[in-house]
Amino acid sequence: MLAAALPAFLASLVEFVEALTIVLAVGTTRGWRSATTGTAAGVALLAILVLAFGPMLGRVPLGILQAVVGAMLVFFGLRWLRKAVLRYAGIIALHDEATIYERRVGSLRADAARPGFDWVGSGTAFNAVVLEGLEVIFIVIAVGATAGALIPASLGAAAAGVVVVGAGFALRAPLARVPENSLKAIVGVMLSAFGTFWFGEGLGVAWWRDDVSLLVLVAGYVLAAALGVALARRAHARPRRIPA
Amino acid sequence: MQLLRTIVLEIAGLFIEDRWFALATALVLGAFALAATTHVIEPHIGGYALFAWLAAVLIGGVLYAARSERG
Repeated sequence: MLAAALPAFLASLVEFVEALTIVLAVGTTRGWRSATTGTAAGVALLAILVLAFGPMLGRVPLGILQAVVGAMLVFFGLRWLRKAVLRYAGIIALHDEATIYERRVGSLRADAARPGFDWVGSGTAFNAVVLEGLEVIFIVIAVGATAGALIPASLGAAAAGVVVVGAGFALRAPLARVPENSLKAIVGVMLSAFGTFWFGEGLGVAWWRDDVSLLVLVAGYVLAAALGVALARRAHARPRRIPA
Repeated sequence: MQLLRTIVLEIAGLFIEDRWFALATALVLGAFALAATTHVIEPHIGGYALFAWLAAVLIGGVLYAARSERG
């Protein structure tokens, strides 16, 4: 149960923090009515999507579901892990919620409010909630559906939502102290390991001691990421050779 | 329409950021699927071979990005 709830919680935490940053920026610049209207509409659309497509998952044969979701998890997890490695190696800038918040506040203030319904503010909050929410739904399905643990994965994601939304509204500020880069690295490792496991399982791989192999895969991806950071730092620091 | 386009791009962006990295990942997954379905690969070691290839793609992708970003 924890094996599905924990990755869903950690990955959803990152997505909720990103959505909250934008919703807070809308609330403080355009008013809380625009922010809550856009958020409520986004949540309603996500609920409709889950109700419409969720039951279909039960009809897909398990092997195919494992292989397809495993492949998607590998793409998703390795993408996050690659980015985290590049950030740790100092090749790309660290993700900074405070800077993103300031930038978003600036652009929302520049777009002057017109009389009537605030389409810009509500639309911005709606976009953020739908886009980040779709990622949360994908994570829950990917982590939960293949293991028959959709409920623990959903509870993990819901807990992340409660934590982030509660903290955000208590502070009325973006959660800049959440170690988003470290979280992305941890989740990248977990999702890559789950993805490799499910993809192999779906294609008939006989994993050593079944689920225990997941721990081996997690350790393997941690080592690969650490090696990646060391090699990338060296490659980045080496001066470029200029032809004579 | 603009929202739909944004959503489609955002969903694709969930999986693809660097096209060469995504292509290398797809090639490894495709080759493994072919090997597994044609029983070319031993089921007991196949999973670890898959991991080794994916780890190599990760490290290769990171090194490629590091060299590309070098000033």
